[in-house]
Amino acid sequence: MKKIGDYAGAVAFILLLLAIWEGGARVYDQSYLLPSPSQILVRLWELKEVLFFSHLPATLSIVLTGLAISIGAGGILALFMYYSPFASKTFYPLLVASQTIPIIALAPLFVLWFGYSIWSKVAVTVLFTFFPITVGLYDGLRSTDRRLTELLQTMGAKKRHLFFKVALPSSLPHFFSSLKVAVTLSVIGAAVGEWLGAQAGLGYFSRRMMTQFDGAAVFAPIVLLAVIAIVLFLIVKLIESIVLKWRL
Amino acid sequence: MNSRAHLLFDQVSFGYPPFDKTNELRQLVLHNLSFSVQPGQFVSLVGPSGSGKSTIFRLITGIEKPLQGKIYFPVWFKDGPEIETVHQPKVGYMPQQDLLLPWRTALDNALLPLELRGVARKEALGQVQSLFDECGLAGTETLYPHQMSGGMRQRVSFLRAVVASGTLTGPPLILLDEPFSALDAITRIAMQEWLLEQWTKRKQTILLITHDVDEALFLSDRILVIEEQPVTQLTEIEVPLDRPRHLSDLEKREIVQLKYALLTKLKTKVKT
Ligand SMILES: Nc1ncnc2c1ncn2[C@@H]1O[C@H](COP(=O)(O)OP(=O)(O)OP(=O)(O)O)[C@@H](O)[C@H]1O
Ligand SMILES: [Mg+2]
Repeated sequence: MKKIGDYAGAVAFILLLLAIWEGGARVYDQSYLLPSPSQILVRLWELKEVLFFSHLPATLSIVLTGLAISIGAGGILALFMYYSPFASKTFYPLLVASQTIPIIALAPLFVLWFGYSIWSKVAVTVLFTFFPITVGLYDGLRSTDRRLTELLQTMGAKKRHLFFKVALPSSLPHFFSSLKVAVTLSVIGAAVGEWLGAQAGLGYFSRRMMTQFDGAAVFAPIVLLAVIAIVLFLIVKLIESIVLKWRL
Repeated sequence: MNSRAHLLFDQVSFGYPPFDKTNELRQLVLHNLSFSVQPGQFVSLVGPSGSGKSTIFRLITGIEKPLQGKIYFPVWFKDGPEIETVHQPKVGYMPQQDLLLPWRTALDNALLPLELRGVARKEALGQVQSLFDECGLAGTETLYPHQMSGGMRQRVSFLRAVVASGTLTGPPLILLDEPFSALDAITRIAMQEWLLEQWTKRKQTILLITHDVDEALFLSDRILVIEEQPVTQLTEIEVPLDRPRHLSDLEKREIVQLKYALLTKLKTKVKT
């Protein structure tokens, strides 16, 4: 059990940073350029209606759809690569190469292809999250202890047994590590996608406020984006601690 | 050749593939090795470290394939001379490392062989639960391997091998690779006695690898000794003791002599 006290240092440091920010912003006194944390909070409260009931759901649906597609497609590709050395030699280098593409440069193309629908944003999210999820699962499957597989074979295990009883459980620690990376990236992906072209969503809202020189309203949705990422991360951690309780 | 063997090695040669893939020559571990084990026999395999004992088990279980020669598993029928060769029968294999699945509790590890055979959980539990009590593991059922002591893990692995041997085709064959090496002397003796009891009751064929000469003498009908490298033959020693046996039998003059003869044999093999 972790004690609250373990986090005292982090909390104190964040409070210190916020205090410096607050003080600096007040001295500088140009809220459209540098709003203070208290101004952001106030704006967040004033805008709660649109933010929480229209833009947050829009962004969340992009994030979750993108993650679901990455997990589904990444899972299939990881399995394919795990069972076929040919597939792994073919796709693994491509997978790595895909990470060298500056996604932000590519994203406007998605808007051209998919229009302003949710799918252009989902595509950006998938591009961000597909790599860590696929590689995490693939490496996890490959980390299976060969001796365990051999032992099960001496007990007459079939292929599906070897997968469900050895390979899959072996892959889970890697998978959860990569999923933690992926959920935070998924929020960034969704926000980037919305920035480039959308009619709703927290990223879109933040950008629109910028054109109106409303600094605090630019930051308010960004705070929400960070909160989404943290909450998703904590949810994954919670599931991990339940599923991997044998490791604790 | 003995046609009544439960297990028969016929001119088996084996070596692991070299790490250097360009070099085709394998360093042989076994060379033209022949030996057999009668059904219902308790046989110990002793030899210096690295001499190929575990490798012989890996060949029997089919994890490794012989480079040359064949391994037979004839089934012996009581009322008739017919021989039927079964390829790769179910064996109860307890590897040298306990190899428990870390994501399964002790109980679920022991249930695994039955689960793979499609036995209903309730029925499987009935078979396995009593074994836990008999092996002094009552109360450890819900522990994960990382929560168990080395000796506990070893006993769960042992249990799993007993469960895996089943009794489907002919007398079951059990392979135990240093099953009690992590146990304290008292627990070890208790486990040895339990094993003998089970063996008498179930008429299994047991092959046991051990470094403990006392253990080999106390348990087995026959001791096979590895004396050279690569292994081309096994020196056979019959243990001149009746059953049931008692620990005090180990104090008998001829057994003590046998023990020192064995130790001397093994000691000269340790290269300095
Ligand atoms: N998986 C493997 N790959 C390559 N070489 C191996 C492998 N397993 C064992 N060997 C080699 O084969 C030889 C015999 O090993 P084996 O494990 O059968 O010895 P052992 O008699 O069981 O020894 P110990 O008493 O120490 O367990 C050793 O030289 C070892 O290095
Ligand atoms: Mg060994």
